[in-house]
Amino acid sequence: MVEIRSPSVRRGWSESTRARASEIVKQYPDPRSAVMPLLYLAMAEDGYLTDNGMREVAGAVGLTPAQVRAVASFYTMYKRDDPGRYLISCCTSISCMLLGSDEVLRAIEEESDVTAGETDPEELISVEHVECIGACGGAPAVTVNYELIEGVTAEKARELVRWLRTARPDAIVGAECQELFGGRRSFDWGPFDRDSALGPYPAFGPLGTVSGPSEDQDG
Amino acid sequence: MTRHPSDSHTLERYLETGGYQALAKALEMPPEEVTGEVKAANLRGRGGAGFPCGVKWSFLAPAKPAYVVVNGDESEPGTFKDRQLMERDPHQMLEGTIITSYANGANHAFIYIRGEYPRSARRVQQAVEDAYAAGYLGSDILGSGFDLEVTVHLGAGAYICGEETGLLNSLEGRRGEPRLKPPYYPAAKGLYMKPTIVNNVETLANVPWIIHNGGEAFAAIGPDGSQGTRLFSISGHVRRPGNYELVMGLTWRELIYDVAGGIPGDRALKCWIPGGASAPWFVPDDHLDLPVTLDDTAKAGSMLGSGAVVIMDETTCTVRATERLVRFFAHESCGQCTPCREGCSWLERILRRIEEGAGREVDVDMLLDISDNISPGLAWPPRMTTICPLGPSAVSPILAITSYFKDELMAHIHQGGCPLD
Repeated sequence: MVEIRSPSVRRGWSESTRARASEIVKQYPDPRSAVMPLLYLAMAEDGYLTDNGMREVAGAVGLTPAQVRAVASFYTMYKRDDPGRYLISCCTSISCMLLGSDEVLRAIEEESDVTAGETDPEELISVEHVECIGACGGAPAVTVNYELIEGVTAEKARELVRWLRTARPDAIVGAECQELFGGRRSFDWGPFDRDSALGPYPAFGPLGTVSGPSEDQDG
Repeated sequence: MTRHPSDSHTLERYLETGGYQALAKALEMPPEEVTGEVKAANLRGRGGAGFPCGVKWSFLAPAKPAYVVVNGDESEPGTFKDRQLMERDPHQMLEGTIITSYANGANHAFIYIRGEYPRSARRVQQAVEDAYAAGYLGSDILGSGFDLEVTVHLGAGAYICGEETGLLNSLEGRRGEPRLKPPYYPAAKGLYMKPTIVNNVETLANVPWIIHNGGEAFAAIGPDGSQGTRLFSISGHVRRPGNYELVMGLTWRELIYDVAGGIPGDRALKCWIPGGASAPWFVPDDHLDLPVTLDDTAKAGSMLGSGAVVIMDETTCTVRATERLVRFFAHESCGQCTPCREGCSWLERILRRIEEGAGREVDVDMLLDISDNISPGLAWPPRMTTICPLGPSAVSPILAITSYFKDELMAHIHQGGCPLD
């Protein structure tokens, strides 16, 4: 099941990344518990989960690389294949399906010329269909690098793909994407926040978030 | 629980609206008394199983250390209430977590948030940092001598981690496979094999109110056995989808037509899922005037589960809806138990075949036979051949299309395709 890859470029983590990893390990009574946050850290380092990344995680928590790989392969958000810079995930579970998510997914596939589960040759855009992402009141919903956009139509989804291709934003600001391409939301999200995702992994804590001052705090 | 000014997620606003007063009050009570109030409230878990929260706490084994784990791995299809609580009112849940930790003698709590909810995680993390800075977390909280550390932990895309023992394995840095009960009841052998309380986000968000106003006041709201207010995530074919905080005891008719505004275009209601993807379906003829309570719903053969109500109107193909629900369980099966691992994907393939027009009459028997292997006798509540209820959940929609919607199912087979396309 797990592909054995030749040890490609062996690149260890920098001192600062290792320091960050040991900070994360300290938050848990047992170092092994840090495997999941460290796997995200490894993705933030390399853009996806590499063999080198898993080796570093194993070293940081005292497991073997095989044990780390066994954990990583259980969870869908740890990407072993290099995804594009922008990962578009389209929910096609029950509530989104009832309100037209299959048409939204088809529009994304057509406009990007990427079939769900694949990445374009340029490694710019990956498309996937996902199970329920908890946005059912604002269905249909998609995420870009896990930043949510609710109330998406097929036409808006096409615009989103075109925008990613042409504007090529450095980071995905969820609130901005919602304003540009979204519609009805499950609930009022509150103030516009500028937290943004830097790659195809969730923008949380040390995991690649860029945070600017929110408009609310200015006012 | 859900009246939110725009900055309701900030500590400043939370304090202005009475935040952390319940914590101060709780810290002056003996821990058993705090548990007593929650027991008196008859607060039943809002995550799915509906187990009385105070009773759960009283089962905690005395060994130390003990842990509190907040289950924010909301991923039952149709459910988006905990996301709102975490994004819009994280301090309320956090205050509930601190009180719960105090009542159960835990000095470390973990908040497990599903990986697809980065905004929830960011706002909860900010709330935790602000609570540390203000002295509601850390050592000697409010001068009480009680210490508590809180760690926010992000999941990575696995529904099964919402099952409490799967969640604990995940939090230990393992594959999120559920553990056998017995012996691995979290109250005795939980996180790191230590006594552990696992509670849902919404359940904990109710705790400050209960401490502030007393368990009896909470128990006086709504019908017996379904006390307090409860969040319903309403989605699908309704005019006003969203989260609604309701006193239980209203009828399904009121919930669908008055609360959620009825169906767009005044189309007819076909059926609805009363409590998340795992729940057996309800239909207008039999269930529309039943009261929305935990006990009435259970008596009618379903459950309020996670509070997710999915409405389907007359244009819905129930075979397609079932295929979509079963696909979910097939995708999310952890693979430990054969009936679920194999059965769910067999069910999915048969349903797809029927929807695409290649169904045969024998497929109906096959659907029921496979279902019976996963959930013997097709009873409610399900009997299980598996470690956890995920597999039996996939059976719920199968029972709907082979009973209420048998004609539609047979039409797919006889016409060689979907009659609603």
